[in-house]
Amino acid sequence: MRELFEELGLTRPEYEGICRIQGREPSHVELAVYSLMWSEHCGYKHSRPYLKRFPAGGDRVLQGPGENAGIVDIGGGLAVAMKIESHNHPSAVEPYQGAATGVGGIVRDIFTMGARPICSLNSLRFGEIAELPAVGGAAHEGGGEPRQRYLFEHVVAGIGGYGNCMGIPTVAGEVYFEDAYSGNCLVNAMTVGLVRHEHIVGSRAAGVGNHVVLLGSKTGRDGIGGASVLASQEFDETLEEKRPSVQVGDPFTEKKLLEVCLELLHAGRFVALQDLGAAGITSSSSEMAAKGGVGIDIHTDRVPLREPGMAPWEIMISESQERMLAVVTPADVEAVREACDRWDVDCTVVGEVTPGDDDQEGGGGRLRVFHRGELVGDMPADALADAPTYTVAPERPAHEEDLPLDPAEWPRPEADLSEILLDLLGSPNIASRRWVWQQYDHQNQLNTVLTPGGDAALLRVKHTGVGLALCTDGNGRHTYLDPYRGGKAAVAEAARNVSCVGAEPLAITNCLNFGNPEKGPVAWQFSRAIDGMTEACEAFGIPVISGNVSFYNESFGQPIYPTPVVGMLGLVDDVTSNCTAGFKAGGDVIFLLGDAPPALDGSEYQKRRYGRVAGRIPDVDLAAETVLQGVLRRAIADGMVRSAHDCSDGGLAVAVAESCVFAGLGARLDLGAEPDGVPGRPDIALFGEAPTRVVVSVAPEVSASFRTLCAGALVPCARLGDVGGDRLELTVGEEACVVSVADLSGVHAQGLERALSN
Amino acid sequence: MTLVRGSVRFGIVVFPGSNCEYDAFSALGTFPEAEPYYLWHKDHDLGAPDVIVLPGGFSYGDYLRTGAIARFSPIMQEVAAFADAGGLVMGICNGFQILTEAHLLHGAMLRNRGLKFVCHAQHLRVERIDTPFTRLLEVGQVIQVPVNHNEGAWTAGAESLQTIEDQQLVVFRYCDSEGNVTDEANPNGAVDNIAGLMSERGNVMGMMPHPERVCEEILGGTGGRGIFGSLIDHVLAAAAPPRAGAGAGSGAMGGRS
Repeated sequence: MRELFEELGLTRPEYEGICRIQGREPSHVELAVYSLMWSEHCGYKHSRPYLKRFPAGGDRVLQGPGENAGIVDIGGGLAVAMKIESHNHPSAVEPYQGAATGVGGIVRDIFTMGARPICSLNSLRFGEIAELPAVGGAAHEGGGEPRQRYLFEHVVAGIGGYGNCMGIPTVAGEVYFEDAYSGNCLVNAMTVGLVRHEHIVGSRAAGVGNHVVLLGSKTGRDGIGGASVLASQEFDETLEEKRPSVQVGDPFTEKKLLEVCLELLHAGRFVALQDLGAAGITSSSSEMAAKGGVGIDIHTDRVPLREPGMAPWEIMISESQERMLAVVTPADVEAVREACDRWDVDCTVVGEVTPGDDDQEGGGGRLRVFHRGELVGDMPADALADAPTYTVAPERPAHEEDLPLDPAEWPRPEADLSEILLDLLGSPNIASRRWVWQQYDHQNQLNTVLTPGGDAALLRVKHTGVGLALCTDGNGRHTYLDPYRGGKAAVAEAARNVSCVGAEPLAITNCLNFGNPEKGPVAWQFSRAIDGMTEACEAFGIPVISGNVSFYNESFGQPIYPTPVVGMLGLVDDVTSNCTAGFKAGGDVIFLLGDAPPALDGSEYQKRRYGRVAGRIPDVDLAAETVLQGVLRRAIADGMVRSAHDCSDGGLAVAVAESCVFAGLGARLDLGAEPDGVPGRPDIALFGEAPTRVVVSVAPEVSASFRTLCAGALVPCARLGDVGGDRLELTVGEEACVVSVADLSGVHAQGLERALSN
Repeated sequence: MTLVRGSVRFGIVVFPGSNCEYDAFSALGTFPEAEPYYLWHKDHDLGAPDVIVLPGGFSYGDYLRTGAIARFSPIMQEVAAFADAGGLVMGICNGFQILTEAHLLHGAMLRNRGLKFVCHAQHLRVERIDTPFTRLLEVGQVIQVPVNHNEGAWTAGAESLQTIEDQQLVVFRYCDSEGNVTDEANPNGAVDNIAGLMSERGNVMGMMPHPERVCEEILGGTGGRGIFGSLIDHVLAAAAPPRAGAGAGSGAMGGRS
């Protein structure tokens, strides 16, 4: 028979460690608390040593990793708080509530810091929702296409359901469909907040004798063990049994909680504030105590309950949503109560701050749990917040290759170029995301200058003139082929996307979605991806100010593609000086910035036409990337650029086609007789993928000065053609790809809905 | 007429789940003549408004039926009395939903026919301009005002529909960019493409689209300015000494000046 600690997800050495720390066998409450705090989800046991590699500092960083969210200065006494977080496992079990509570959790992380949430983003991955032309529908262990469509539709509805009610616009995001996610979808939610410097608050408990106040929803049995049961284990046939571990969201309560917390924070009524996420009261109280070097007593019998008869351990680890824990001085308790009454928010004093323990190293205090006056748990807060760490020897996965593929072994498909272009443009991974984002309120708060659908969203900061550009980026397929290059590319692409709207990259938050970290190949992927991301961040001079790690994204032993997702913040000094991806006027000249040769390796084209991915993705030249982005931003600020669009999935042809579709304008381009890439393979020239490439259009009268600007900075800048007409004509050598803009627009607009209605 | 800064008072009702009250406040702030202020749902004092605005959002969570609980709030008793006395009341989105629940406007809201939340740009055809809400617009004019809702399929019983037709209470209809009222242009399945509706007396108007979102060019359009501008114009005209061609002032249905 399995021991109780094993049922709770602890190993025997961990259990023995707990006994050593406690000096005895742990009580029931203590075991429950340790099992949660020492879960992978809360304790970052396999990731902490690696995360230290990220650059986290900088002149603008007001709060780096370690708090609920990172904060960067944007000038004028204002700062931006942001963080991205995963809710993959709950969403795989119950997509609507899983996604909704994912949004709720990340929103709380932002207002916990004193910031008003101004927008949300997301990054989603599911299995294939429609057949690929190359392979047809295969059976998937994690559920076939109907299940993937169900997950996708309900995740989108859940994100909208929560964010829309909160009045927080969802302004950007990404969604991809790959078989590798069929048993384990990814739902990463990001929220961005605005805060005046003087209103920033932390979660460090202080002041012996201060009250510990629980605000918000009553505590129920929902979500018990969510962090340990769901987030820290792989999926298998018991998936359905895990449904009770998913919490249920109540955005109306969270909206009230948001308003009352910000009101009280700004009035200086909170010494510290912490939201209740994974592991509930347990993690929030122990983290607040550990950070403050004090202790906290919690009286579980004072916690308002949804149902009677809950045991102290259940109360301590319940993950009921929409709750906050605040440290309040006795003098301020009445004011807190008054504001909560006004907002009809429950508010209960459930404990108090106690002295640190002088006998203990660092003077840390203890988390003590009382039930009806009886001490039922007594643990050092530091030990709870300091789970053991593990380093697994990295082992390079067998599928990784040293060399790019040989195109001769990948013969050109029979389909003609225009057919391939239409197929790609209408494919679920490339087609318009309108179906998704029109289910999200993306305009609330009246800041949205550039709506979803472009390279990055752009928000104004009222009364300042500045703008914030935001995007999420990550490519699991690329990272699977080469985690180091894929990690690097994710940061580079996110920076390129905010640069395309005219913004300077300022900081990132990241969500690292990987498989089981106890396996060597996953450890390798994790470590290499972090190395790549770190290198890119250092090259661009941007810090990682917050983040989240999601491991155990596996089902039936099959890991997902390693998927580091980057949430990027960029700053535009003058929000009116921005740029969009659509062409603007006939006669404008089209240039390609960057000359990295396109490759079949890992491309969307490869996946769709050949039904498998292989090879080695091109590496990002970070020096070239930095210079290209700088020139692009300068040209946009100077008003030289009419449109700018990153070449990403589907290569140059898809990027140009999208610029046509967004504008309803045609274009005529000639890539030359000997295009970059592989001779005799116009398909790879058009649909192959490479980093560090941007399609821009400029008015004819400024094209000479634009070329001069690029030449001066040694940024490759090739004139490809002109905007005009009602067809897209792409000539490569002897071959031409000619499609009407009406046809392009049709497949682009309908692609996603068509896939869903199959 | 003389424009006096802050001379038209807009009381914006704040329910705990409202989330467009700041936006209404901010949009009205772009009109020098407007003086927006907030009203709390638990209060009874309306603060001498010229216009009451019920903003968008989710009033009390709206898990039951949109606006079903808001109707019973303390402030809504005062809003109803204000409307009964001829006061101007404008409901936007959730505000429209609340006005139907409060029986200040005909009909009721169903879930969108696609069973999905919709947030996108939307064309509206102006049907009436002899109202305080539309006097600066033109009949048949097409304005672009975004929709953003989950329950916007307005519907009504036969008797209400007859009254609405007889008295021409429809203020806005969903249409395409050319002004054609088509089924394709209907974002939610509302009966007769009804996007905005007024009371028989013409002093209460509800609309699902959000005019406060399109009052600044940088946000993508100014299609909403004509509606708030009309209200301001109407109130100022009513307050001004009688002039030829303008109503004497007390009636909500002032003529076009």
